[in-house]
This record gives sequence, structure tokens and C-alpha cells, in this order.
Amino acid sequence: MEIYGLGIVAFCMYVGSFIGYFIGEALGISGNVGGVGFAMLILILLSNYVEEKKGGWSEKTQNGIYLLSALYIPIVIAMAGIQNVVAAFTGGAIAFVAGAVATIGSMFLVPLIGKLGSKEFEK
Amino acid sequence: MILEIISTLFTKFPLVGAFGAVALIMLVSYWFANLIGQKRMGSAIAIVVALLLAFIAGKVTGGSKGIADITYFSGFALLGGAMFRDFAIISTAFGAKLENLKKAGLPGAVALLVGVAFSFIVGSVIAYVMGYHDPVDVATIGAGTVTFIVGPVTGTALGASSEVIALSIAAGVVKSVLTMIITPFIAKAIKLDNPTTAMVYGGLIGTTSGVAGGLAATDPKLVPYGAMTATFYTGLGSLLCPSVGYMFIKLFL
Repeated sequence: MEIYGLGIVAFCMYVGSFIGYFIGEALGISGNVGGVGFAMLILILLSNYVEEKKGGWSEKTQNGIYLLSALYIPIVIAMAGIQNVVAAFTGGAIAFVAGAVATIGSMFLVPLIGKLGSKEFEK
Repeated sequence: MILEIISTLFTKFPLVGAFGAVALIMLVSYWFANLIGQKRMGSAIAIVVALLLAFIAGKVTGGSKGIADITYFSGFALLGGAMFRDFAIISTAFGAKLENLKKAGLPGAVALLVGVAFSFIVGSVIAYVMGYHDPVDVATIGAGTVTFIVGPVTGTALGASSEVIALSIAAGVVKSVLTMIITPFIAKAIKLDNPTTAMVYGGLIGTTSGVAGGLAATDPKLVPYGAMTATFYTGLGSLLCPSVGYMFIKLFL
């Protein structure tokens, strides 16, 4: 059933965020350190494991997960709609210059560091 | 009476209203993208439209939560909030290939360290050049340039003034908003077209909302890889900026 797909992602989010908050507490910086990353990792490992053992989840279960991924872009658009854009543009020259230089500079470091990786990919 | 009923609908079903409003924004944006012959720009245009609406709403209401500060559109806070965002981001990992992750592991980790250090240094230098000479202020603004969460975390830890903390948040928001707008235009130039560079990009830029929005507008297939590294960035920044970062700045000031 579709709800199983939603449940699987919910499970991953709870386990991943538990690890994230635990690391945050251990490091003394209250907060979720990489919880979403851990959750994604768990989902990848889990789905690859089920794929290998039983040929993957049923189509309906997968549809539940795809429903969430399909909502991703609308959610990002809603997220853009709740940003404090006024603060970004009126925070003074220093905020704008610092943010802009760091963003553009970081982007041009992408191809440099990207060279460390291999060029072959599974499609 | 009719107006009252309509007003009731918006206040009683805020989340449903937000779904409807986002659908409308996307409808108009994708229609416009088709019109100018740039089909793939649809989501980028929709993000810019939403940012523009957030700007207008912020000006009108004086609040800090964009469209969500307008009572009728309060559902945006739930739909676009961290809970749904993270739930949906995690689901995009379904279908990502384990092999691709392994290949990008090293560059991804390097990108995280370089990314935090680079943004922190750039922000600190600019803070110094533009007149802030107290190490606490410089470190706080530098940390804000990392992300708008690291800024206040660092500022609070070091005891910075609320004015400086506000400035650090603004620097982080500028980074996040600029990333959403610029990424689709710059993607080709920085070879942002495969899982490895997406992970490097997520590690270097780090602002989860910026990376998520930027990649969604560029190529939705790359979202899981970029989001995966970006989610470690704020944590790493919160760890390094108030400690190592602050000590580093004290060496110079």
C-alpha cells in the first residue's frame, strides 16, 4: 500500500534525526547534525538491500515514496515563499557583499574539487 | 456574507490553501517558461516568483516569514517549513545509486571542509574591511556567511550584540536566496551535471534551502546528492566557527 512508502520514509527520518540529535548533544552544539543526511543514507541502504533480497518494494509502496518526491519541488517553492527576503536585501551592504562573494566564490570551487572524483557513473 | 465565507475558507484550511497557491504559482511560471521557450526554467521561475511574493509580503506586513505572515497564506509556513522539506528531501534519496555515493565520498568530504572554511574566511575578511574590528563581531559575521543558522549559534556562544547577530543572519539569507537564483544559470559553467559535482556543490555552498532550491531548478535528479552533503554543512559550521574559527581570528586581531 502507498502508506507503507510514506511510513518507510518516516522511519528513516526518525532514525536519521535521532542519530543527528545524538551527535549534536555529544558535541555540545544542540541541534540536528546531519540527521537528514543519515536518513537519506539509511533509505538508500534499505532500498538497495530489499532490492537485492526480494527484488524491491511493491509498486504501490514505491508510489508512496514517489508521491513525496513529487511534492519536493512544490515544497521548495513554498519554502522560497517564506524566506525573509526583505532582510536579505536591507541587511546593509556588508551582509550583501559577504553573502554574494561567498556564494559566487564557492560555486567556482565546484569544478576544482569535483576533479577529485571519478568520471564514471551508473545511470 | 460571501466575502466572509471566502475568508473563512482561507483561515480554516491553511495547508490546502497553500497547496492551491503553490499550484497556481507553478502553473503561471511553467506557462511563462514555455512561452519564452525555456521549458526547464519552470521551477527556477517559480522560485523567483515565490521570493518576489515573499519580498512584497515582508514589505507589507513587516514580518520575517514572507507570505506566511499574511493570515490567509499561513499554510505556507507548514508546507514550506523544515519538517515537510526534510521529509521530501529524504524521499528523493530513493533511487540514488550507492556506487555513485561511494565515488563522490572523498570529494564530498573535502568540499564540506573547504566550503565552511572558505565562506567563514570570506565573511570575516569582508567584515574586517567594512569596519568591524572586534574578533567576536568578525567571527559572528563570518559564521553568518557560512549559513544563517551558524551565524546566530556562533554569535550567541561568543556573546555578540544582537545587531551583529542580525547582520550575520542577513548575510546567510543573502547566500541562500542568491544560490536559488544563480545556480540554474551557472550550472553549465561549473559542470554541475553529475552526482559527484552535485555532492561537491552541496558541500561547498551548504545552505540546505539554497542548495535544494538551486538544484531543483537545475536538474531534480541531482537533488539527493547535493542535499546529502549540504545537510552536514550547518552542523560542521556550528561546530567549527565558534571554536577553531574564533581562535583563528584571534590570532590576527
